[in-house]
Amino acid sequence: MQRVSIQTEDFDLGAEVAALRAGDPGVGAVATFIGTVRESSEGQCVSEMELEHYPGMTERAIEDMMAAAALRFDIRAARVVHRVGRLAAGAQIMMVAVACAHRGQAFQACEFLMDYLKTQAPFWKKETTPAGARWVDARVTDDAALARWGVTTKNAAGSAV
Amino acid sequence: MQVQVRYFASLREALGGHEAAELPTGATLGALRDGLISRSPRHAEVLGRSRTLRGAINQLMCDEAAVVPEGAEVAFFPPVTGG
Repeated sequence: MQRVSIQTEDFDLGAEVAALRAGDPGVGAVATFIGTVRESSEGQCVSEMELEHYPGMTERAIEDMMAAAALRFDIRAARVVHRVGRLAAGAQIMMVAVACAHRGQAFQACEFLMDYLKTQAPFWKKETTPAGARWVDARVTDDAALARWGVTTKNAAGSAV
Repeated sequence: MQVQVRYFASLREALGGHEAAELPTGATLGALRDGLISRSPRHAEVLGRSRTLRGAINQLMCDEAAVVPEGAEVAFFPPVTGG
């Protein structure tokens, strides 16, 4: 099955997980994560969010991080779906699902993929608030999260390109 | 040689989606950024050294020391905020 989808449409986690583990009786654990549009950000009410990506590069970056995850963890199958375009508060933004033999590897691989995606996949969020629209700032804490896995990044910090 | 430069997010809003740039063979991504900064006050504002930006060559993240190959697709964009 296709491992990475960038789409405007919503997704169904249950259907995705069913497809992910279909036909593999060796799967004993599936860990999933869903990101959703929070209704508030830095004290402002968020009514809507717009997500932009770099067609081609985004898919490739996620494929690369899945390959990196496969080298570290015993992954039987993995899936990433990320939406783009305009999303209302409360909407699902993205999901990661990882199927493994045991839960430890599934939890870790899911978190690794999220930490990687947050700092290495070219997506940008713009929030609509009563004060106007604003681009979301990258967080240094996301760089730190990836560093825990021994991967250095300067997404939020540093002056180098 | 000529390369295509693409912009995303706040850079796209300020400068448009893409533009062509001329640069010497062997030039680095950092040198290209410097050349673009000198194009206009608006370029200087959004690409300036006080801004944290990321860059890509042929759709792979690169640092400023990377050499830009002939005919490359280069992109500059703000730190990423997906997920």
